[in-house]
Amino acid sequence: MTNTDVVIVGAGPTGLFCAHQLGIIGLKCEIVDNLDKIGGQCIELYPDKPIYDIPAIPECTGEELTNSLIEQIKPFNFNFHLNERVQEIKNENNKWILKTSKGKEFNTPNIVIAGGVGSFEPRKFPTKSCEKFEGKSVLYSIKNKSIFKNKTVVIFGGGDSALDWAIELSKDSKVTLIHRRDEFRGAQGSVEKVKELQKNNKLEVITKYSIKDVKGNEKLESVEIKDESGQSKTLKTDYVLGFFGLIMQLGPILNWGLNLDKKHIPVNTENFETNQKGIFAIGDICTYPGKLKLILSGFHEGALAARGCFKYARPDENLRFEFSTTSKSVHERLGIKK
Amino acid sequence: MAKITYIENNGKNHTVEVSNGLSVMEGAIQNNIPGIDADCGGGMACATCHVYVKEKWFNKLPPKNEGEDDMIDQAYEPSSNSRLSCQIQVSDNLNGLEVYLPEKQI
Repeated sequence: MTNTDVVIVGAGPTGLFCAHQLGIIGLKCEIVDNLDKIGGQCIELYPDKPIYDIPAIPECTGEELTNSLIEQIKPFNFNFHLNERVQEIKNENNKWILKTSKGKEFNTPNIVIAGGVGSFEPRKFPTKSCEKFEGKSVLYSIKNKSIFKNKTVVIFGGGDSALDWAIELSKDSKVTLIHRRDEFRGAQGSVEKVKELQKNNKLEVITKYSIKDVKGNEKLESVEIKDESGQSKTLKTDYVLGFFGLIMQLGPILNWGLNLDKKHIPVNTENFETNQKGIFAIGDICTYPGKLKLILSGFHEGALAARGCFKYARPDENLRFEFSTTSKSVHERLGIKK
Repeated sequence: MAKITYIENNGKNHTVEVSNGLSVMEGAIQNNIPGIDADCGGGMACATCHVYVKEKWFNKLPPKNEGEDDMIDQAYEPSSNSRLSCQIQVSDNLNGLEVYLPEKQI
């Protein structure tokens, strides 16, 4: 069990800057994120797309912004817990006990939810019959590619993941790549490689088809595909893989006793606390009159939520307002030597 | 201003007036029409404002933006008349537009 002042759920820009603000006012925090890397949507959705509306930064990419935010909180040495999702929380003696998907436990007076629009999960096939085989022969990610050796694999999708795996698995497996239209959105090099493999009969490509059904009793036997007009055909296969990008799901947060407005958590705009004492929500996941889903709004929300956390973390102290330019204690926390 | 009809998957119709300059997605959100999630808020980054445009309207709309089809690839059950409603800007020309909402967005 780790004791800390604050647990931040979500390592996107909003969560990172909130951590900075906590460090500035002398609080400790632990940061948990379901993704395997820091940066949230900035890294997962648009790492190389430029952002033009960060104050005082005319242009930067999602990756550059993330790196700068990481650099900015370095002096505080906060711990990141990546690839972990906060699974459950419970209240004991005015403290929150959190348990992650990897079994780690935290004891804290404050939780800051900076979860974007939830955790990223692979988008699944619309076909109900796929559920029966999910995780066994219908897969949305690959952990161990050796299971496909000398097997038949049908891959759906038109982006980089679909193309990369089609190319990789075609070395040792019989692969069919299926996409709903003729154009692929993956990297040009991969698209060309797929065409070359197709020409040499190393890989079959079927376009303008999508999944209709999967069949099999104990074991997956075949996949049925359909075109726009409803014409269908059946392919025998051992595995079906789907790569349709990621969707965002609120997941376990739904069970934390928070008020919800559609997929958002209502907060007050004084300190961004939710209806639960000691649980704050900032960034895209929170809502209030006038809410803007901008990174800069998330920064503001994080700064105020950090102050909100102070009163529960240090109930006997008063927080004094200080500027980072002149405050000695802030300089000490930042490790600035003069 | 354009009158836009959103038809839910269960057949329920919602006809609302949407101001010029808003997107078809915003028209749905502002009028609390169920069936459009718009998780990313209009950034063409999520495919949860997916709609099917009534055939006779499909070709009258301004063409798809670069990247829109890439995102539609990831939508729930896309079809040849699929659009992302956040990318359709409302104008007088769209008066009478009808869009069908998919069974679900994710």
